[in-house]
Amino acid sequence: MTRAIKVLRAGPQMTVQDLGRPGFLSVGLSRGGAADRLAIAEGAALLGQPFDCAALEMAGSGGEFEGTEPIRFALTGAPMRARIDGRDLMWNASHTLEPGERLGIGPALSGSYGYLSVAGGFDTPVIMGSRAAHLMARIGTRIGQGDALPIGPDPDPARGAKTLDVEDRFKGGTVRVVPGAQTGLFSVEDRARLAETDFTRSPRGNRQGVRFDFDGPPFGADGLRMVLSEMIVPGDIQMTGEGAPFVLLPECQTTGGYPRIGSVLPQDLPIVAQAAPGAPLRFSFLSLDEARALYEDETTSFRAIAAQVRPLVRDPREMADLLSFELISGVTAGQCHDEEGDTR
Amino acid sequence: MPTDFPHIVAQGVNGVVVRFSDRLSEAGNRATLAFRDAVEAADLPGIEECDSALGSVLVRFDPVLVPYDDVVQTLRGLLQQTDFYAAQLPPDRRLWRIPAVFGGVYGPNLDDAADRAGITRKQAIHDLTSSRLRVLALGFAPGQPYLGELPETWDFPRLKELIDVPEGAIAAAIRQLVLFANDSPTGWAHVGQTAFRCFRPEDIRSIPLAPGDEVQFKAIAPEDFEELRESDPLGGGATFEMLP
Repeated sequence: MTRAIKVLRAGPQMTVQDLGRPGFLSVGLSRGGAADRLAIAEGAALLGQPFDCAALEMAGSGGEFEGTEPIRFALTGAPMRARIDGRDLMWNASHTLEPGERLGIGPALSGSYGYLSVAGGFDTPVIMGSRAAHLMARIGTRIGQGDALPIGPDPDPARGAKTLDVEDRFKGGTVRVVPGAQTGLFSVEDRARLAETDFTRSPRGNRQGVRFDFDGPPFGADGLRMVLSEMIVPGDIQMTGEGAPFVLLPECQTTGGYPRIGSVLPQDLPIVAQAAPGAPLRFSFLSLDEARALYEDETTSFRAIAAQVRPLVRDPREMADLLSFELISGVTAGQCHDEEGDTR
Repeated sequence: MPTDFPHIVAQGVNGVVVRFSDRLSEAGNRATLAFRDAVEAADLPGIEECDSALGSVLVRFDPVLVPYDDVVQTLRGLLQQTDFYAAQLPPDRRLWRIPAVFGGVYGPNLDDAADRAGITRKQAIHDLTSSRLRVLALGFAPGQPYLGELPETWDFPRLKELIDVPEGAIAAAIRQLVLFANDSPTGWAHVGQTAFRCFRPEDIRSIPLAPGDEVQFKAIAPEDFEELRESDPLGGGATFEMLP
C-alpha cells in the first residue's frame, strides 16, 4: 500500500483544497481553492513544506483517520477538538500519526473550516494545475468514509513537532472594504449605512459566498440601472435582489450582474469565510490609497507566517533527540507538484 | 461615473476595470476581446491576469510591483494607440456546428419565446438555426458561452420566475442564447437542447469554446438527438472548422 490516509469517518463537506487555479476567469472558472487560504499556509509552515501542498478542508466537522505509515500532520483553521486514541492534540500545531493509531477530529469549536495538512501533501490528481475540488464546476469530489487519500513523500521526516500562534479570525469582527467600479451606483447614505450596520452571518452560505443579515431597509443601487455582467472575484460584496450583502468566496461565479458596493481586502477575507452562522460582522470602508498602503502580496505574508513557527514544547524527558532538535525552522523552496503531478 | 467609453475604474485593491460599453454591443464586445489580447501581448510588468467579460476587461496587478497610477497610465497608453472598436476579431477562431432539438420536452419555453418575439414557432426555429452566433463571452459557469446576437425581435427580458434547465440546454433572452454547462436554475427561456459539454475537465482542451468563436445550431429530430447523446457524450455530434 502506498503512503496514504484512510478516512474512517467524514463530515458532510470534506474536500481536498490547495491555493486553487488562477488564470481561468476568462473561461468561466473561478480560482477556487481553500476557503481560508491562511490555514493552508499555516499548515505548510508547520510541516516545513511548500505552500501549494494540498490539504483536507473540513467544513463544520472533522472525521476519523488512519495512516499507512508514520505521517506528520498539522491542524489549522477553525479550531476543532482533535485526539489520537484518547490523547488530546493541540490545534495550530503539527503532530505524528503512527500506523494503527486513530486520529479523531470533532466539530468546530468556533469558525467554519478546519484543515488537516499532511507532510508531502495529498497527492490526488492535478486537474488544470491544481488539486482543489471545485464542486460548483464539477471538479473533484467530496471525501467520504472509505476513501484512501494518497500522500506525497515527506520532505523533512526528522522535523520535530511545531506550533504557531494564530490571531483569532474565527468569530467574525470588522473587515475592511475598498470601493470598487460600481460603488458609485449606491447612494452616499447607503454606503454610510453599510459601515454603521451590525450584520450577522446568515445560515445561507457556502464556498460560493455568504450572506449577511441585518435589521433595516434593503440596500439598493440607485434607480433600476442595468449593469452589464462583469467579472466578479472573491471578496466582492454583491447586493442581491433582496438588498442584503453577499460576500463572494472562492467558488463564486465568474461574472455577475448584481451591483457591488465594494470589495473586502484579501487579507481580511478569511474572517468572512470563517464566520459561522450567527457570527457578528461589520464593514469598514478604507480609501483605495489607504488599502494600497496596507497591501502585501500573499507570498510575502505566507513567508512571514513560516518565520513564526516554533517548536512544540514537550516534556524534555520524552525527547531523546533534544540536542538535535531543530530550533530554526525554514520552509523549503519549490513546488509541491510539477506538471506531471509529482509531489516534489 | 464617467459616461464616455472606454473608461478605467479601480476594482478592489489590485484590480482595474476597462469598460468599453455598459450595454451589449458588437463593437464593444470586439473591442473587449482585442484589448485583452493587446494587454497580454504587451507583457506588462506587474500585470498578473487579464480577463474579458461581455463589454469590459478586468486587469489584476500586483501593487507591490507596480503602483495603480502606473497601471492606469499604461492601459491608457494602449487605448490611445489603437481604436479597439475597429479592431479585428481574435485569430484562430472556430465555427462550430452543434446539433440541437427544439421545442417539446427539449425546449418547453419555445412557444412562449416565439410569442414574446412575435413570430411563429417555425420562424423561431429558423432564427435559432440560420444565424451564426458569436461567443461573446464565457462565464458564470466554466466554459459556458453567451451567444449573440439574435434578430431584434428576440430582445425580450428574462422570465420572472426561475426554471431549472439541464446541462446542454439552449436558453434565450435579450437577443442572446446561453448554452448551459451544468444543470442550473435560470431566468432564461429554455428553447432547445444539445448534448454538447462546455466543460471537460479531464480533456486536454477542457474548454472547447473560446470568445470570438461562432456557433450555428442544426435542428435534428429527437430520436437522432438521443442517438448522438449515446454515441458522442462529450460533443453531442458537434463539428468545427477554422474560420478564415
